[in-house]
Amino acid sequence: MTPRFILTAERVRNGFAALFVLGFFAYLFGPLIIMGVTAFNSSAFPRMSPFECFTVEWFDVLANDAKLVEGLRNSLFIGVGVVLLAVPLGLSGALMLTQVKERVRPWYYTIVISPILVPGVVLGISTLLFWDRIGTMFGASRDSIFYDGFFLTIIGQATFISAYTMLVFISRLQRFDVSQEEAALDLGATHVQTFRKILLPFLKPAILSAAVLAFLASFENYNTTVFTIVSESTLTTFLAGKVRHGINPSISALAVIIVVITLLGAALHEVLKRREAAAEKETARIAAGELARRRRVKPFALEPAVLLIALVFVAGLGSAYFAGTIGVEECKAQVKAEKIRQAQERTRQREAKAMFQNAPAASEAAGQQIQSTDKSERAGVSQFQGIFDVGNLKDQAGADDGGDGAAQQSPLGTENFNPIFAPQNLSPPIDSSGDNRNDNRSDGDNRNDNRGGDQ
Amino acid sequence: MSADVQLDEVWIRFGDFVAARDINISIRQGEFFSFLGPSGCGKTTLLRAVSGFLQPSQGRVSIGGRDMAGIGPNKRPTALIFQNLALFPLMTVWENITFALEVRGAGRAARRKKAEELLELIALPGQGEKMVSELSGGQRQRVAIARALAAEPSVLLLDEPLSALDLKLRQHMRTELRAIQRRVGITFIYITHDQGEALTMSDHVAVMSHGVIEQVGDGNSIYNRPESAFVASFVGENNLFSGTVAATDDAYVTVDSPAGRLRARHAMRGGKAQLAAGDSAFVFVRPESLKFAAGASSASAEASSTEASSSTGALDNRIGARIHQQEFEGNFWQVFCDVDGVDKRVKLSMVNDGASMGRGPGEEVTLGFNADLAVALPQGELAAE
Ligand SMILES: Nc1ncnc2c1ncn2[C@@H]1O[C@H](COP(=O)(O)OP(=O)(O)OP(=O)(O)O)[C@@H](O)[C@H]1O
Ligand SMILES: [Mg+2]
Repeated sequence: MTPRFILTAERVRNGFAALFVLGFFAYLFGPLIIMGVTAFNSSAFPRMSPFECFTVEWFDVLANDAKLVEGLRNSLFIGVGVVLLAVPLGLSGALMLTQVKERVRPWYYTIVISPILVPGVVLGISTLLFWDRIGTMFGASRDSIFYDGFFLTIIGQATFISAYTMLVFISRLQRFDVSQEEAALDLGATHVQTFRKILLPFLKPAILSAAVLAFLASFENYNTTVFTIVSESTLTTFLAGKVRHGINPSISALAVIIVVITLLGAALHEVLKRREAAAEKETARIAAGELARRRRVKPFALEPAVLLIALVFVAGLGSAYFAGTIGVEECKAQVKAEKIRQAQERTRQREAKAMFQNAPAASEAAGQQIQSTDKSERAGVSQFQGIFDVGNLKDQAGADDGGDGAAQQSPLGTENFNPIFAPQNLSPPIDSSGDNRNDNRSDGDNRNDNRGGDQ
Repeated sequence: MSADVQLDEVWIRFGDFVAARDINISIRQGEFFSFLGPSGCGKTTLLRAVSGFLQPSQGRVSIGGRDMAGIGPNKRPTALIFQNLALFPLMTVWENITFALEVRGAGRAARRKKAEELLELIALPGQGEKMVSELSGGQRQRVAIARALAAEPSVLLLDEPLSALDLKLRQHMRTELRAIQRRVGITFIYITHDQGEALTMSDHVAVMSHGVIEQVGDGNSIYNRPESAFVASFVGENNLFSGTVAATDDAYVTVDSPAGRLRARHAMRGGKAQLAAGDSAFVFVRPESLKFAAGASSASAEASSTEASSSTGALDNRIGARIHQQEFEGNFWQVFCDVDGVDKRVKLSMVNDGASMGRGPGEEVTLGFNADLAVALPQGELAAE
């Protein structure tokens, strides 16, 4: 008697649920995984397949990119500045909310929260304009603080990041028992003492998380920063520029580093939380009289979870380093030889074709391509040929910002389309077709490009 | 050092809502004074006005003869023990206790010494290093008391500090609190909605209802000589007969009720008579004041209970009733009787003197009580059950 699989409603439901969860995770983490793989692929353009050679050279490239390192440093500096400004601002905003009259509260809340709702771009521009006005008012010179990229960026980002931090503080303050403040006052403390000895210690965890939040929000900000940074650069503005001028997997390498740091941070946070929960439980048992005294807490570094994380991290790092440095050169040479062989093959084929068909078909071919929106055809490597090769991108800057999407809009054949987005081609319309001009204008990124070019 | 507390014509309003109405109270120094009243009657509000968290809308609060208007809570010689204790969860027990010293700038050594003294006083020696969360409910209670005492207040204000405790611990803490009060000799103002607590601990009790002080007096006078229907129904148990005043003099009132003509003490308020012939009145009789009268009741005996009382010589009032149910409580018998025309069952408590009751449900009986042990009061609001 072999047990037979019976299809029940519940099994079907569970199956669908599992499928959904899988799909959801694929959607969430797919891009990250692909990005992670590309960081270790020796191919000059970040891609997953064909996977040429396993390498860590992109991490080297990353470390040696002076402009990137500078952008990173600026980002860190600005992040710290924003934390120092946005945390106290957010705290005072949240405290104010608890003080204002019940009737005014919704209004106050709406006003202080509004910077979150205003598009970052608008904040950036208005910060720039505002301080320019102020600077003009004082007759300050162009290298005064009113035109300093760091100053403007810190101020500009803090306008909305302090609203974030305020939300963190508000949610913590909601759990504050006001009678504690009253108890302190009643025992003779001044208001300042009450703030320092009662409220501040209570808010400490919130201050920490607000600082982390503010830092991350500042670190990843682009919309506002791109306006306020003026002549400096941050990691995000640098990366955005790089994407426009040719991209290589060192960006993926950077992403891998950020992801790993985030994962480590999350794991650490989890471990700390569990330890705290355990301590709390013990406290409750002491209060209930079940436990005479607190057990000695294990040192943090000896926590099994911490050890495991450290082990996995070190092992991963080590093996990646060895696998990524040994034998890479031979592998690359092989791949190169293979490529050359393929290229020769293609040329031969084309020549052969050209012999059979004659020239007049050229314009017709372009027309055909307008109609053919079939994805497989567009994605077909043979048609795009070398578009995604770094070499090609370099002299056709701009085409890379989402080749697929742009290609869909373009009424022109792929071959003609490449140079359209190149900044130098923008001012004189290349085509009399009005459609095409509008296309260009509605593309925000391209405008930025122009602006960048003017400066 | 101790101080007296005086409330003169104090009104407290929240918008249109009046939380305290024309409060006049004087609390002598060194006494244990309780505010007793149902939830929401304004006890906490009054206490907050004394401790300075709230300015009265009108009237005067003075402590030790000094007007407290415009003086903040941290400048008043009071310490408040909050309804929820409000201990500082991020501090150890000893840091909690000596917070008042810390904010005055006392050194660490002095604070530790004081903490040990106070821990001794509240019977928690050597527990100073624990966190507040590691203490049991009763221990927290005591820490809150120690923390308030450390501020060396002239007046200690306690807002239902025992309400969260279980019965046994509560009884224990009552004795303890009273002992502490005697030892430190400062004025205690104690808030509770538990009448047992108020009656056992206090020198004086103020009974409150809806922001109004109904009566102030010692436990005995509150229980035995209530001055309003609310006090009579709120403090202790009482049987209630409503009716109309037939005749009245300074000492006694005769009330015609569905249970018959009843004679009861005439309760004065502020030395003034409260009832006149024709007024609606309540007659209150405590279960322990009711007795079984000898002999079966008859219609004629009911109709002329006053005459009957003179003939038996023992009881001024007689009521015909039918036993509904009896409950045996060990030291007491509780008997519930139906009386025609009275909505609520009349309750009678009898000491169990070993003899069997000899009566059963359904039996017709006559209940009786002395006029001196019953009180007639103007009809008014009653305490909720
Ligand atoms: N800040 C306030 N705003 C408006 N109404 C208030 C405020 N504080 C108290 N009240 C009202 O005043 C009344 C008295 O409240 P209070 O807290 O003094 O009651 P309490 O006698 O202490 O009751 P409990 O025994 O439940 O603690 C209540 O009806 C309450 O709703
Ligand atoms: Mg209260």
